[in-house]
Formats: sequence, structure tokens, C-alpha cells
Amino acid sequence: MSIWVLRGLRDGVATTRWPARPDDYADTWRGPARPLPAAFSSDPEAALKALCPTGAIAAEPGGNVRVDQGKCILCGRCVAERPDVFAWSQGATGPGAAALTPNQLIVPELPETDEAVEAARARLRERTAALRRSVHIRHVDAGSDGSEEWEIQALLGPVYDVHRLGVFFTASPRHADVLLVTGAGARGMTVPLRTTYDGMPDPKIVIAAGTDAVSGGLLSQSDMTTGGIAATVPVDIWLAGSPPSPFGIINALLVAVGKLAPDPPPARMMTGPRGGRRSR
Amino acid sequence: MMTPGVKALEDEIESRVDAGDRFAGLFATRPTQGVGVAGFAPVTLSAHVSTPGGIDTLEASLPPGAESYPALTPRLGAAFWYEREIHDTFGVVPEGHPRLAPLVRPGSPETPGDRALPRHVTGYGMFTIPHGPVRSGVLESIEYLVETPGEAIPHLNMRVFYKHRGVQDAFNGMTPADGVLLAERTEGIASVAHALAFSHAIEQIAGCEPPTTAQLVRVLHAELERIANHLDVAGRLADAAGLAVATARLALHKERVMRLVSRLCGSRFGRGVVVPGGITAAPLLPPAQLRAELDRLAKPIAADAAALMATSSFLDRLRGTGPLTPERARQHGALGPIGKAAGFADDARLARPYDAYRALVVPSARSHVAGDALARLRVRWEEVDQSFRLLRQVADDLAERAPDLYSVTCEPASGRAVGWAEAPQGEVLYDVSIEAGRIARCHPRSASFHNLVLMHEVFTGDILTDFPFIEASFGLSVAGVAL
Repeated sequence: MSIWVLRGLRDGVATTRWPARPDDYADTWRGPARPLPAAFSSDPEAALKALCPTGAIAAEPGGNVRVDQGKCILCGRCVAERPDVFAWSQGATGPGAAALTPNQLIVPELPETDEAVEAARARLRERTAALRRSVHIRHVDAGSDGSEEWEIQALLGPVYDVHRLGVFFTASPRHADVLLVTGAGARGMTVPLRTTYDGMPDPKIVIAAGTDAVSGGLLSQSDMTTGGIAATVPVDIWLAGSPPSPFGIINALLVAVGKLAPDPPPARMMTGPRGGRRSR
Repeated sequence: MMTPGVKALEDEIESRVDAGDRFAGLFATRPTQGVGVAGFAPVTLSAHVSTPGGIDTLEASLPPGAESYPALTPRLGAAFWYEREIHDTFGVVPEGHPRLAPLVRPGSPETPGDRALPRHVTGYGMFTIPHGPVRSGVLESIEYLVETPGEAIPHLNMRVFYKHRGVQDAFNGMTPADGVLLAERTEGIASVAHALAFSHAIEQIAGCEPPTTAQLVRVLHAELERIANHLDVAGRLADAAGLAVATARLALHKERVMRLVSRLCGSRFGRGVVVPGGITAAPLLPPAQLRAELDRLAKPIAADAAALMATSSFLDRLRGTGPLTPERARQHGALGPIGKAAGFADDARLARPYDAYRALVVPSARSHVAGDALARLRVRWEEVDQSFRLLRQVADDLAERAPDLYSVTCEPASGRAVGWAEAPQGEVLYDVSIEAGRIARCHPRSASFHNLVLMHEVFTGDILTDFPFIEASFGLSVAGVAL
């Protein structure tokens, strides 16, 4: 056994300090596609739309281009084919990460989103006020491809180590404050997911983790899915990504429990000793 | 084309398997157009048989309107789950099948009390522990019904249908370019292998060959994916044994491998690299830097692997746990590390090489016969070592090569082909039909689907606390089973 004591000291501290301190890997993380600022295309609407296998691209007749990151599976086809119009989002907290409404994932944002976001923020704040420093998470796989589970498991490893943020995973929904759901909403999981949700005490917060959970992704039209998990449980935090990065999931968790404001510019998140502004 | 009856198909498979070929899968199709009224179109059974040089497809058509056929399972045990899948999907009854419960598609809801009863083993004190579909850790949804008198596990029942997503149907009508994206998301932890198997089928139909650089980059990502998967399995085993430091070390290595993958292509799972006809772009790291990164990874991984395999309290939990006999491995055609650990090694990279594996020297592996969780882990460590050697060859080859094309035009018109690739879990098959440039039917068969059924048989003498070790040592993904 003693060999492991020494081996454990070998690499020093591998744990990131993010979000309290910047982390290169988090900042350079390649997120969903976005239109370039003031992207304007004179192409016929259909030509841009056809670039996207999940219909995330909308081009208004006037020429404004929007990307619904909640549908983006990060295939990169639009970025490769039309670098003059599309680019990758950079960083785990960039636009579209951890949104409070599904429409907030649309970049650039729709004019009417603000009001809905404010209402959602008020609802969330009401519930997070009851949460203390430590929160417990129940994860449910509602038809994922298996990669989301890897990224969530990584949070328990030495690099991300969410215990440092007071975040713990629990086996029992009775102990859980946050329901972290992955997958496109497989019909077979509808009842188990709902039962888990119903088994959690109030107040509870639901995170749809990943593009599949938000919109169903490539399986949104499948008869065997509900095209996202919102059909089964009320979602509070919408997180795009196929799969989302571990940093993106941490960000969503911190937003969910009120340790981070949902959408300040990334710079503001990285001030403060333990994750910046708190809602209380 | 005239196709023989089911009996002839069964005889053919049996004689091929007796002659040393491997039964690799069975599925059904019912054409939705063409023959008469859609619902009465005849069902066709397609079996895959793996030979040293390739994968053969054998077919048999049921008579039009037939709602049943004599089951293959009584003579060909490996067809057990395949015939249940056919029954789930088409409602066609394989007569004489031992157990036609729903497998991949959720059946009608049952009363919760039912499942608490032992079903296969009865007697005083027997009860069933339902475990899942919502698991106690961060795991994929699957339900294990463990029938037990208290400690021993005389029978295990698995229900995988909870996370059935309708992947197979979702392929229909897609272009090959979209299809490869869905293939990557069919079994997310083996994205590269699935994309490869799918692309190989498309390339066969189109009759194109990816450029050499693209073939090398494909191997690069496939082998990094294998290392990440094997580190994941080793980490789960260490976790099951309560070795906190080993678990953390292995998680750290896995994270470093995934970060290297993301530095190479932008995705931590190697997604968006493989496309029919080649790859999308050059690796973002120059070969010399890649080579340095590989060396930096390989040494500490080997050192921690050696320390783990010298920790006797850990080995005690694996030795003799969940054994699969070489005889059963051969009969079933067990794939990947599970087969290799039980003396049945059919590695597609060696037996049916594809891409750059044809030119690279794939290091030979030791043979194992114990078939237990320990042998499976030993196979994985050997594969990790093998992968690093392959990767160094790839990095050196890439450094020497002048930049050339990354892909060729690959536009299949019509046709059907079977593509394969060796995933970390074992061989992945894609049987793809293209009509007028679009996917008419795509049947993915993951190694997870073929291998998971073997978990029924490996609990001889094992008890409840061995369960996490056996499950982790199989290293399979439910997403690839339920599709």
C-alpha cells in the first residue's frame, strides 16, 4: 500500500482552481458554433440552413444569421464551410453556456429573450436562496450516448474535483438538490426520470446537460425519444455541448445553486475567492 | 435474388462456425416499399460471419406474410439477443426461442411488484434485487435484476431497453455526411471506431480509398480512444477495490489523454475527424510535438499500471472473478478484451486490417486463457502498451510525410456493404445500404451488444460484492447495446 502514498505525491496538485482562477484549458475550450458578430449573409436562406444537420441555423430574410446552440452538436461543418459567417465559441462560460431558458441559447440573442430570462432568473433565485454552501446532485441518464457520463465522472477526478466547490453526488434522490440529466429523453426512461424527480425534496433544480438533453440533437425526430428531457421534467438550466465539457458542467452546477450569476461576462466570474459573485 | 430458407441459413452458419469462422451478428429487415403492401413485405434475415479476410453476409427470406420462423438460438446460442431484438423490432416470432422478453425496445409497463419476485431460480429465501435503471453512481441506465439467496448470484437478468433511442431508424434518409455524425453518437465512448466502421462501409460502396495521411490520422485517434477507454476501465476497477490513489492517478491519466485528443482535433472524444473518404483536417499538433506528448503520457501510465498489478489486495479481488471459459468464448465469438482474456483473440486490426493498420506493424499480444477479470485487465494493459507503440509509429510516419490530401471525394450512389473497426470494446460492424446517395438502412452492431449477454454466465461462484468488478471488467457501454 505504501507505494500508493508515494505515487499520489508524484504530480503535486493536479486540480484546477477554476472558476476562482483562470484555467487555460477552460478558456480555450471549443464550444458550440456561433455566427460571427454582425454576421450577415446574402446567401439564400436555405443554403445556410442546409449546412446544419440538426437545423440549428436560422437565416432571416433580411440576412441576420442566428445559431441555436441548444441544437448544435459541434460537428463544425458550418465553421469549415463558411468561416466568413460562423466560428466556434471559445471558453466554457461563453455565450450560450448554462442558459436559463432554451431561447437564451440562441446566438445572437433574440430581442424578446431578456424578459423571459429575467423571469427565469427570479424563479431560480427563489429556490437557490434555500441552498447552503453544499449541494448534492443526482444524475440520471435519459438516453445519452455514454460520453456525457464520462465528462460528469471526470468532475469527481483529481483534475476537476468538484468536492472543492461543495458539490457532491448522491445515490438517493432524497438527498439531492440538483437533478443533472443527460440524454435525448429516451421514452423508456420517462417514468424512471419522473420518479427520480418526484422523489427529490423541494426546492430542486434540474439541469439539462448536453445538446441531446436540451433538444434531442440528432435524435430529436426519433419516435423513441421525447426530443430533449423538458417533456418529462421542468428544466431550469440548459447546457449545450455534445458532450458538454467538464468546465461547462461545473459552470452549470454553480449557476444552478446560485454561486455564480448566470451570464455575466467571463471576466467577472473569475474574481472573488471562491467563484465570484454570489446571489445571496 | 433467390434467398435460401431459414433452415439453410442455420446450416450454413453452423458449418461456417465449425470450420473456424465466427458468428458476428444477425438482424432482420422488412422493406417498406416494393413488394406488395408494406406490412406484408417479407422479412429478410441477415447474418454476419467473420472470416480471416472479411465479413460475409448470409441471408434468408421468410415467406411473405410469415409472422414466425424456427429460432436459431437453440442451435446457435450466440443468436440469443439478436433474435430478441428481431422480435422486438418486427414482432416476428422465432419459434422455440427460450425467452422472448423485450430487449431493446421498452415493452408495456408492468406493475412494480412483479420485478421483486425471483423469476428463474426459486426456492426458500430466494429474492430479486432490482438494480437500476437509475444507478447509484454516474453510470448509464440499465437494470440488473439480481436473483440471490443472499450472497451468491445464481441468476442475473439484464434489461437494457430503458435508453433505447431509435438510432437505427434515425439513420434512414440521412446523407452519408450526416450519418457519420450519428455513428459517432451511437456509442459515444467509442466515437472514432463507430465513425470508422460506418465510413469503411460507405467507402466500399463508393469504391474510394482515403489518402495515406488520413489513414494514419484515423489510427492515431482510434488508438488514443482505446487508451482512454482502458484507463477508464482500470480506474473503475481500482475504485471498486477502494484504492483511492490509484483511482485518482488513472483518472488523471485518462484526462491527460482526452486533453491530448482535444488538442489534436478540438473534441475530447475525437469527434468530427473521421468522414467517409478520409478526415476533415490535419491534426492541430505537429508530429514532433505529438511524439513528445505521447512519451510524456506513456511512461507514468506504464509505471502506475505496474504498481496496480503489484497491489495484492487489488489482484485478490480480480483473480478468478467473473470467469468466462475459453470454450464459451469461442462458441459465442466473444469480442475484444473479453474474448482475448479467454483465449479467443479475433482482433480486426490484425485479422481484417483497415486503414493504416495494413502498413503499420501491429505488435503481437500474449495469449491468455484464464478468462477472469484479472486476465481482462492484463489484456487491456497490453493493449495500452500496443497502442502507444502504434502511436509512435504513426507520429514518426506523419513527421516524414509531406502534407497531402486529407480526403477524397466519396459519393456513393447505391449499394450495400459491411464496414468494421476494432473499438476498445471489440469489433464494431456497420451494415449500410445506400439508395440514390442516401442511407436506406443502417444497422450498427457494437461489440457491447455482442458481449454484454455473456455477463449472464460469469457469476459462477461470485457474490454480490464481486458485481462491480465484473461489470467494470467488461467495460461496455449501454448506449451501444440499446441503440
